[in-house]
Amino acid sequence: MPDESWAVVVEGLVKDFPPVRAVDHLSFRVSAGEIFGLVGPDGAGKTTTMRVLAGVMAPDEGSAVVCGCDVVRDPEAVKQHISYMPQRFGLYEDLTVSENIRFYADLFGISRRQREQAAARLLAACGMSEFSGRLAGKLSGGMKQKLGLVCALIHTPRLLLLDEPTNGVDPLSRREFWAMLYELAAQGVTIVNSTAYLDEAERCHRVALMHRGRLLFCDQPQRLKQRLPGAVIAVVSPIAARLREELAHADGVHSVLLIGDALHLFVDDAARRIPQISRALDAKGLFYDEVVRITPTIEDLFVNAVTAQEPH
Amino acid sequence: MNWRRMLALARKESIQIRRDWRSLAVVLLMPVMLMTLMGYGIALDQTDVPLCVYDREGSQLSQDLLKSFVSNRYFSLKLDARDYRQLVTAVDGGVCTVGVVVPLYFSKLLNAGRPATVQAVIDATDNNTANLIIGYTQAVVARFSAAVQLDYQQRRGPALGAPSLGLQARTWFNEDLESRNFIVPGVVALVMAVIGTFLTSLTIAREWERGTMEQLVSTPVTAAEVIAGKLIPYFVIGMTDAATCAAISGWWFEVPFRGSVMTLFVSSAVFLIGVLLLGFLISALSRTQLAASQFALLTTFLPAFLLSGFAFPIDQMPIAVRAVTRIFPARYYVTILKAVFLKGTGIEPLFAPMLAMALFAAAVGVGAVRGFKKTLD
Ligand SMILES: Nc1ncnc2c1ncn2[C@@H]1O[C@H](COP(=O)(O)OP(=O)(O)O)[C@@H](O)[C@H]1O
Ligand SMILES: [Mg+2]
Repeated sequence: MPDESWAVVVEGLVKDFPPVRAVDHLSFRVSAGEIFGLVGPDGAGKTTTMRVLAGVMAPDEGSAVVCGCDVVRDPEAVKQHISYMPQRFGLYEDLTVSENIRFYADLFGISRRQREQAAARLLAACGMSEFSGRLAGKLSGGMKQKLGLVCALIHTPRLLLLDEPTNGVDPLSRREFWAMLYELAAQGVTIVNSTAYLDEAERCHRVALMHRGRLLFCDQPQRLKQRLPGAVIAVVSPIAARLREELAHADGVHSVLLIGDALHLFVDDAARRIPQISRALDAKGLFYDEVVRITPTIEDLFVNAVTAQEPH
Repeated sequence: MNWRRMLALARKESIQIRRDWRSLAVVLLMPVMLMTLMGYGIALDQTDVPLCVYDREGSQLSQDLLKSFVSNRYFSLKLDARDYRQLVTAVDGGVCTVGVVVPLYFSKLLNAGRPATVQAVIDATDNNTANLIIGYTQAVVARFSAAVQLDYQQRRGPALGAPSLGLQARTWFNEDLESRNFIVPGVVALVMAVIGTFLTSLTIAREWERGTMEQLVSTPVTAAEVIAGKLIPYFVIGMTDAATCAAISGWWFEVPFRGSVMTLFVSSAVFLIGVLLLGFLISALSRTQLAASQFALLTTFLPAFLLSGFAFPIDQMPIAVRAVTRIFPARYYVTILKAVFLKGTGIEPLFAPMLAMALFAAAVGVGAVRGFKKTLD
């Protein structure tokens, strides 16, 4: 019997689109009420994983149990319990906001009264009350995503699958969007969302970093940072881009990442490398503001993990 | 089958159809366009074909024959030639399209119970027109021949050999000589098959293309609900088109309507459901609208045109091809339409073709439901 405390249990999932292996022996678990992030660059296999979880794509190998239903063996059973918002807008652009809501409410057998109450509440929560008569195709990107969320929440799903839900959404809408997600999680709804942005990932309770179909890490965002082997030091300099060349091959530096006017260096031992790097820059007369140890961001982590996978 | 979900689909689809009023207008005008195009292209009768006669005998009987040529609206007498040369000149010069020559001893031969031959000279520049005229000529002669035979038998008794007229009677057209009566029902079936299949062949592929299907298949909706729900609005449109076709047949092409509206309605509904479901089957099997539309054309227009007995008589086809025609419902629909329009047949004698169409609809419906996969590949 599947353990009820897990909303999602994925084991050894494989999906091939010959010659590409979109998902490569992926395993992770999501506990009930959690906001879980699938994080990775384009082509990492996030969408494919989401589709398997939503029961709309059959994997080649492995198992996936969602809300206690085996989606590989019986993909239909889970559909009553989930809401899936595809990466590409999946609602009808030639239907109005309220017609789209009604359509999805009817598909889940929601009564008229329930629908009207829920729609009013949800539309108000995302500031869309006055747009109920507008064609979905005429909404802005952010509003489309919020409408997607409203339709997804018109029945009460146990699991919400959101594929890059905040892609192309302005920062304000993005904040509203996340506020709604936190509220849902507080009510016990499990949320799996995917993103290519690491700043989004830091809002999740737990994240799985994916790259080329494989799982790199799976942990809480803070823990992942602690897990980084070695340390990250930042070289802040107005000529940071130029310094990149100089420092990429310095002793003890695994990889280099340029963020704004800072160069993040992954080093084996911060205490030893900070003086070494400062000396090297001084010797060459290259200007810098400071060289300090910093707490790594997820982005640092990701780049380091990816570089570690593909040494060249 | 969950009714609420099915009706939700029907409702959603209807709204989409209504919003896309341009396509709706096209779909509603399509039968008018196709019917006039094909009806005229194929079934336009020639009337008042300029006729030239040369009566070498000048007897009562020969005059009777020539009178029967001009007593209908197909021929109009332009010239009564003095000699054969004048007749040939008239036809060659385009003054007349057809020249009829009654031979010497025409009445004598017939009265003696011997066969006689009437000659027709036809301007065959336009092959189709010439064929039509040959048909008319043959029909007139055949009719006259039959009258002569009847008359002869009444006088001499049936035991003796009866005389006959040359232009061997092989009626290409129906009794009224109206080719359109015969062909228009075929055009109706063709138009309905093409429109019906086209209406639905794009709907599922369109949702895959636009990305709305991915979200739809993540809900508990079933294949049968999707197809049945989407079928409803297209059925209404298709029946409107069927009514348009029937109206055009009756009022514009003046095909006599002798049957009951109810029989026409029921048979059209059964046929329409079959072709709509065929469209769904095609749509379910193709993920792009382009592929779906090409496949629809291939599976409806061609068989409806070639195999339904509309363009080529089924009984002249090779046996293997004839077997294939049994599968296509257009054939049965043509049979029913002809029976309802021309013969006024009621619903009971048409049970067999009706059942055949229903079986087709059921088979294609099952195929569509099975073929509709709720997964991306
Ligand atoms: N339907 C498909 N057909 C062929 N290749 C696909 C298909 N879906 C995804 N892929 C490939 O699988 C890989 C993972 O894609 P995807 O799951 O969409 O990643 P992500 O959502 O992280 O960008 C990519 O290389 C992509 O090209
Ligand atoms: Mg994706």
